[in-house]
Amino acid sequence: MATTITKTETLVGKRIRRREDPRLITGTATYVDDIQMPGMHHACIVRSPHGAAKIKSINIKPALELPGVAAVFTGKDTEKVGPVPCGASLPGLRVPHHHILAMDRVYFVGHPVAVVVATDRYIARDAAEAIEVEYQPLPAVTDPEKALASGAPAVHPEWPDNTAFTYHQEGGDVDKAFAGADVVVKQRITSQRLIPTAMETRGVVAEWHTGDRALTLYSSTQIPHLLRTLLAQMLGLEENRLRVVTPEVGGGFGSKLNVYAEEALMGFVAMKIGKPIKWIESRRENFTCTIQGRGHVDYYEVAAKRDGTILGIKLKLIQDLGAYHQLLTPAIPTLSVLMMPGLYNCQNIRADIVGVFTNAVPTDAYRGAGRPEATHGIERMVDILAAELKVDPADIRFKNFVSKDAFPYATATGLTYDSGNYAAPLEKALDIVGYKKLRAEQRQARSEGRFLGIGISTYGEICALGPSPATPAGGWESATVKIEPSGKVTVMTGASPHGQGEETTFAQIAADELGVGIDDVLVVHGDTAVVQYGIGTFGSRATAVGGAAMYYAIQELKEKIKKYGAMLLESDDVSFSNGACVDNKTGKSVPLAQIAAASYRAMKLPPNTEPGLVATYFWEPPNFTFPFGAHIVVTEVDRDTGAITLKRYVAVDDCGKLINPLLVEGQVHGGVVQGLGQALWEQAVYDDTGQLITGELMDYALPKASNIPWIETSHTVTPSPVNPLGVKGVGEAGTIGCSPAVVNSVVDALSPLGVRHIDMPLTPEKIWNLVQAGGGKA
Amino acid sequence: MTQNITLTINGKKRSDTVEPRLLLIHYLREVAGLTGPHIACETSLCGACTVHVDGKAIKSCTMFAVQADGRDVLTIEGLAADGKLDPMQEAFWNEHALQCGFCTPGMIMTAKQIVQRNPNPTEEEIRHGLEGNLCRCTGYQHIVNAVKSAAAKA
Repeated sequence: MATTITKTETLVGKRIRRREDPRLITGTATYVDDIQMPGMHHACIVRSPHGAAKIKSINIKPALELPGVAAVFTGKDTEKVGPVPCGASLPGLRVPHHHILAMDRVYFVGHPVAVVVATDRYIARDAAEAIEVEYQPLPAVTDPEKALASGAPAVHPEWPDNTAFTYHQEGGDVDKAFAGADVVVKQRITSQRLIPTAMETRGVVAEWHTGDRALTLYSSTQIPHLLRTLLAQMLGLEENRLRVVTPEVGGGFGSKLNVYAEEALMGFVAMKIGKPIKWIESRRENFTCTIQGRGHVDYYEVAAKRDGTILGIKLKLIQDLGAYHQLLTPAIPTLSVLMMPGLYNCQNIRADIVGVFTNAVPTDAYRGAGRPEATHGIERMVDILAAELKVDPADIRFKNFVSKDAFPYATATGLTYDSGNYAAPLEKALDIVGYKKLRAEQRQARSEGRFLGIGISTYGEICALGPSPATPAGGWESATVKIEPSGKVTVMTGASPHGQGEETTFAQIAADELGVGIDDVLVVHGDTAVVQYGIGTFGSRATAVGGAAMYYAIQELKEKIKKYGAMLLESDDVSFSNGACVDNKTGKSVPLAQIAAASYRAMKLPPNTEPGLVATYFWEPPNFTFPFGAHIVVTEVDRDTGAITLKRYVAVDDCGKLINPLLVEGQVHGGVVQGLGQALWEQAVYDDTGQLITGELMDYALPKASNIPWIETSHTVTPSPVNPLGVKGVGEAGTIGCSPAVVNSVVDALSPLGVRHIDMPLTPEKIWNLVQAGGGKA
Repeated sequence: MTQNITLTINGKKRSDTVEPRLLLIHYLREVAGLTGPHIACETSLCGACTVHVDGKAIKSCTMFAVQADGRDVLTIEGLAADGKLDPMQEAFWNEHALQCGFCTPGMIMTAKQIVQRNPNPTEEEIRHGLEGNLCRCTGYQHIVNAVKSAAAKA
């Protein structure tokens, strides 16, 4: 498993260990908190302890009197800094002005009120505690359905109905579908608020260069360039005088796909004090102040024929937005609507979203972002329908899948599914798990009074976000490929990875395309002063869009390489392969390094050709990609304790072509375990006053190594026609496929008790109560 | 209000004057310049700050620097000798046992301790041993593989 492989070997498709790992396993990588600068100060933020309150007064004097405290700033000081931006637009969207520090009112626990700047982080914390803020607490509301009820406390007094927007989408003839149905099943299904919990919390270091009027800002972000554009606006800086650097990023999962108040605040502080400033989010802050995910209450209705054919789907979606819109907050539930039909051929769809303000931290993109919720909804509903019609949950799925001959397939929600063979992964998963035998075991278990469950979920997702017209900020991606004078290859990608392994996968692709060794390629990312404008890494897009941009840049370079090769070989018939230009007539060849040297030395140039070997490509994808798959989970429920044992987990994913199966496996494992977290353990719980009562790792149940079953993975491969690499994306697949499979499994286990649906997380307490209510029958 | 401490870190003796309230993790990172161990919770729940003190894996966010006076500390930076990776580091690399890498230094120190205590651990024993270290990226399976393979080679 060496990283050095001879250049004649194809690297794409191989299990190659990662090239970013040596710095990470030796503790020598640089994350934001590892940055030290002479004269650096430390910031600590004073935050609201109330879900809703008026600020009556702030006394900063006791803090300023402490030795080592350089400054304290409150909302009055930062009033002119631009609001925290909402990048999504919807008709009639109400957008509250989101100051970076609270003015006269706080809207959620953790709302920033003041910032202390001191010479060391201990003093900064001492001083933050010394600040006296007098609040007048107000009634709060944190449950989105309660917030919609008349007489509920108004989160923003100017909008007493707490409604930020409503959104309607319809396709086909829903009323006719329901009128002609043999059966209609209905269910309320929630997708609870989740806390993304990247292991590295957010952090910012900002350094103001007074003489140059330039700011350098290091931030743990997924989107360095977008952050620069938006932060420059907030701070009133010229964009080209703001450099954003993302050093090593310790996980994101969507929580760092944002522009946060603290990023602007640290820029502001650095400019005020003229010294470098560092702020590292505490875990407590990460729980209360970084975006959370999900937060759905969904009311589903599915109409079907007696044979199981799905005719129509209705959805009323209540989205808990929190107190403000962060970058994409209101757009996330619209992604759920797009994926409503899942993998099924159903052309009659109606969805109504209500976006609701609550006294809680905003929701936004978290791994899957709208798609896990949609998949959970449709996959639960299909199981409920199967139970209603007493048909096998696998059979009803086969019956309704979009046929493999139907691609490209236009959905009722306006998408065009690129390619697929939806039955293939389900067939494979059923085969791996031994479905028929398992059902026989289940019958046996039931006869012994045991609760054994088999849960199936199939899923589709929208990935490779995405065509620019369908995204809030441009959906293309960029790459610059440079062949240096020595023949070494430098790739600069606008996608800014944070654990996905693009330094390896992109190098595999580039090395194959250019016929060089993988160690001859270096992949650079995450510094706006070095890398051309890019969009970032999210939505399972980095390889499918960023990798494709790199591919096209290399194709341009190859043309140029051939021109230089032809000149050096004095031939008009040359080809480029295996890292050399070859004269097709004589067989004489000239290696890439020699061509590169000649191109920079430029003693002689081919006609109409510039010196150097550099190409930049901004690639606009013509469509999204649509990965899919099938997950099967076998569970057993302990009737005395309500505990769930995960006996088998089988994941068969189709993410198109696999660049590096080892890394794909890693993505699937990680995704599945985050899905298990949602299904079984995790839940952000706010009480009625707005307190986050799962505000620490002690109270918020993150999956641990000992809770996790062995995950059996497999693949089917249906290449995407959307990009030249044939890849679809895999970062979110595991999460999307997982939670409905688990819940379907446990509901299946408890179905002898008449259980039809259980909302997540499936805590032992919830399960035990269900078993008790079932009176111990079955 | 400061105190002198003398300790051995990664085989080298050093002395410093520190505030009694300074946490060992902050001492290692900010005074000794060893930023390999990370801070991800400050409440001993996540394990990112795990180092060895006198041969025992501990969470350095819940120990004061002054408590390490006279003791022997090993951090992730002290594992590779003469440019050669420790077998556990090598195993994490081979098995793709890390993604963002933030939990990795602590995870490797814990993994080493698991194998030191039990040279031939079962999957269940490995998972139990890793319980105090959180990883949000990998789903733990490749970490389990890494510990197994390092144990098999030891």
